Amino acid sequence: MMRIAEALEAFRAYREAAIVVPGRGGRYWVEQTDRPELDVPLGDPAMGGHAGFALGLALARPERKLVLFDSEGDILMSLGMLATIAEQAPANFYHFLLDNECYATTGGQPVPNAKNLAYDRMALAAGYPRAHAFDEIADFARELPAILQRSGPVLVWLKVYPEVENAPIGRRRRWQTRSRDQVLADLRGALGVPAP
Amino acid sequence: MNEAASVALSPETVLAQMKQNGVTDVVWLPDSETNWLYLLMQAEPSLRLIGVNREGHACSIAAGLAAGGRKPLILIQNTGMMESGDSIRGWLLGLNVPVVMMVGYRGWTRHGITTDTAATYTERFLMAFGLDYYLVESDADAPRITVAFEEAARTKRPVVVLVGDEYHGFNR
Repeated sequence: MMRIAEALEAFRAYREAAIVVPGRGGRYWVEQTDRPELDVPLGDPAMGGHAGFALGLALARPERKLVLFDSEGDILMSLGMLATIAEQAPANFYHFLLDNECYATTGGQPVPNAKNLAYDRMALAAGYPRAHAFDEIADFARELPAILQRSGPVLVWLKVYPEVENAPIGRRRRWQTRSRDQVLADLRGALGVPAP
Repeated sequence: MNEAASVALSPETVLAQMKQNGVTDVVWLPDSETNWLYLLMQAEPSLRLIGVNREGHACSIAAGLAAGGRKPLILIQNTGMMESGDSIRGWLLGLNVPVVMMVGYRGWTRHGITTDTAATYTERFLMAFGLDYYLVESDADAPRITVAFEEAARTKRPVVVLVGDEYHGFNR
């Protein structure tokens, strides 16, 4: 297994001008990124939707890579999204999946059948042309440049340590440095997209 | 044209409203009543169709499209809209997405007692979420679709168009 921050740090060196939707890795990524205007750290607007949001953004901006750090709890709520992504087949879509086998933000309860799920095979079965699986950071770091050089969509399944939060939500450290409105305004500014 | 067809909302009218209002992407989950519209949308080169298999997915996809500068339309049924409650809250209302949701009003009737609970709860659901909505039943009502687009843009919120009689004019 690897730490989420380690995986994000390995990716950072190859980020270039990609749009990054850090999902539940956002609390680490906001301290690692050097292109915050191209980041979309939204927290958790509604569980299960990160893949859909990232797909929409990838389709809207095909000229840029779109990198999503999804989580297994989110995609389990929306497995059908894999079929929609595969059908749309955005070549700029890089779908990383952080799998800690549990609901870390609610205290670490296991996701159903956590030890027996194979997300790379689910993605392939849904029609993704490529999928990878990594348990160790060294293997991931070695293969990452080649993964990012090839066209998407691709799913990259990463086994990460549970980093469990068990404090009441109202007492947790707020890691977001910008409001969601500001995040989207900054992104539109960086992309040259007028406000709707 | 028989009387029923003459008072129906035609798919050509709906498509014209989409084009008039600059829709770029239709995020949708088909139902049995919308196939005629599907055929028209498929043939329309200015539209991208994004099919989903659960209506809540349409909300997050539309939010991403809007963030990237596109103008999506969501096309679903009332049953799926109710299933999508948390996605409407988080992805559309939470991110101030100015999007029109065209929602098939399954079970709605002017002719007697409403027996389909999908219809019973539709407007109650919209009121609970504070979503403005417009009912369209025929081509004569079509300008309300443009009103919905204008309101969504002005308020930066989702606005719903309820399609009464479930596109029955499409079954021809």
